[in-house]
Amino acid sequence: MRPRFVVGKVLGALSTLAFVVVVNFFLFRVVNDDPVESMFRGRNLSIEQKDRLRQQFNLDGTRFEQFAAYVRELLSGNLGVSLQSRRPVTTEIGEAIWPTIALVGTATTLSMIIGISIGIRAGWRRRSRFDVGSTTFSMFTYSVPDFWLAMLVLGLFSVQLGVFPTGGLQDAGTTATGISLLLDQLHHMALPCLVLAIAYLGEYAIVMRSSMLDTVREDYLQLARAKGLRDVDVRRRHAVPNAVLPVVSLSALNFGFVLSGAIAVESIFSWPGLGQATLQAIRGPDFPMLQGLFLLFSAAVIVANLAVDLLYGVLDPRVGGR
Amino acid sequence: MAPDSPVIVSAAALVRSRRRAAFADFVRRFRRDRLAVTGLVVLVGFGLMALLAPWVVDQDGLSAVASLDNPTWAGPGGEFLMGTDHLGRSVAAQFVQGSRVSLFVGLMSTVLTIAIGSVVGIVAGFFGRWTDSVLMRLTDWFLVIPFLPLAIVLASVLGRGIWNIIFVIAITSWPSTARLVRSQVLTVKERLYVDRARALGATQVHVIRRHVLPNVAPLILASATLAVPISILTETTLAFLGLGDPTQASWGKTLEEAFQAGAISRGAWWYYLPAGLGIVAVVLAFTLFGRALEEILDPRLRDR
Repeated sequence: MRPRFVVGKVLGALSTLAFVVVVNFFLFRVVNDDPVESMFRGRNLSIEQKDRLRQQFNLDGTRFEQFAAYVRELLSGNLGVSLQSRRPVTTEIGEAIWPTIALVGTATTLSMIIGISIGIRAGWRRRSRFDVGSTTFSMFTYSVPDFWLAMLVLGLFSVQLGVFPTGGLQDAGTTATGISLLLDQLHHMALPCLVLAIAYLGEYAIVMRSSMLDTVREDYLQLARAKGLRDVDVRRRHAVPNAVLPVVSLSALNFGFVLSGAIAVESIFSWPGLGQATLQAIRGPDFPMLQGLFLLFSAAVIVANLAVDLLYGVLDPRVGGR
Repeated sequence: MAPDSPVIVSAAALVRSRRRAAFADFVRRFRRDRLAVTGLVVLVGFGLMALLAPWVVDQDGLSAVASLDNPTWAGPGGEFLMGTDHLGRSVAAQFVQGSRVSLFVGLMSTVLTIAIGSVVGIVAGFFGRWTDSVLMRLTDWFLVIPFLPLAIVLASVLGRGIWNIIFVIAITSWPSTARLVRSQVLTVKERLYVDRARALGATQVHVIRRHVLPNVAPLILASATLAVPISILTETTLAFLGLGDPTQASWGKTLEEAFQAGAISRGAWWYYLPAGLGIVAVVLAFTLFGRALEEILDPRLRDR
């Protein structure tokens, strides 16, 4: 890759990150001019107490001094204190992040693998019965609200049939360790993971299919066929590696959507991750927590996009240069 | 033009006949797509339902106070066609009434989305240079920020009201329209007839109004139809997260109330099934309709 390409992408990502930090600060300040006032509304605090609190929360000084203080705190890894639990936001997020990574990671991997395989088959044999059926199915899953699907699945499999637990990370008060604890947790993760995977595989299938349709017309596929390669080999060695590129860039953009989808789905299955933390923060409203979560979600998507952009540069020399 | 068509004299008549022919061609192509026609029929049905709701629905059935005497958690079939909820309100009445908010928010926020996106796209594409760089950087920023978290933050900060929801959806979803419109403007700008208009002394405004807009409009229309389902899904999700307008029945709010009231563990499927099916039907119908429009209006997609 050309160094210019890499530097450009990194600078772009950094500028987006800076934009998010600015938005994150001013958005909450515009509405909430004096957080101390609204946080302790109805409580009798003396002026000195309020002043001390303002100092503690970096609320003295002009707007720009406040912003500078916010950035300083941010750089030293301090995201403030949650209004609900009175614990640092970083601690709260640190606890909730692992269940979400496990859930979203597994669901994304599953929906990509299944969606891409469906798309390959559908695009290769256009207008076949499989193509029509799978495209209809993909459009359908695209239209279903993920949290409603979660409600249906929970009602059917956990309440009516009783084959899956109704929620949580593991059985309440479980003493299991090692493999059996892991199995228990997987049992709890199965339904939310299934819901997220189904909700997002449709889009992968549709994009992979249309990318295949573009690739099928390329000259190099004609050449591959003319060489006498079997159909399977033409598809696997020549069509798929080229057609899969747009799906790679979709996966980064989608990452944000899957994270978002996890917000509602996690709360339905009481999965103790970032989604549930977000819902609790909305209910508060717990502004420092919301601020921290928004920053984390945005940073995650920005990093994912940067990673995919760079990967794209490696995979497709026309983009990244040699 | 067919050889037996009448001789056309004025330019206006020529334009009219061409437009009529283009529209007839559009209808012919559209009618061939059976799924899109089904989508249109479904949409007209739901649209009528939403418009007629104030007359069809007994408004008392929506208030918890007026429903005190009704049985709670009644199953479907008996006195209440689709059963009652945890407060004894009719699920059927909520379903019909709820279609109004979903469709209204979906349409209004799309109008706003398209308006912002088109203005940004046209200005960036047409004026180019630093205007373009600044606007596209801004668009990229908004494109990358995850949509729902930003909407959640905005909605919590702005408060819960139907216009706030519309604003939140528009402000988070205009970037893709802006990019689409910009790329189309870039190709139109280089056409010969634009050069010709400029040579004849046309102003920037004239070129945008008479040449750029008409060429970009079909694409804008198609992207609008595809933006509606996304808006509806976002409204539903925000309402489900408790950020919707608390004073109005909507499908998302019904689902939230059903979940909070414990409808799942009670097995009260009639409470949360209809609202979800309504969302799926409307979103799917808009998607099918929009895809057909896009395929017809965007020549690059015709052979798919």
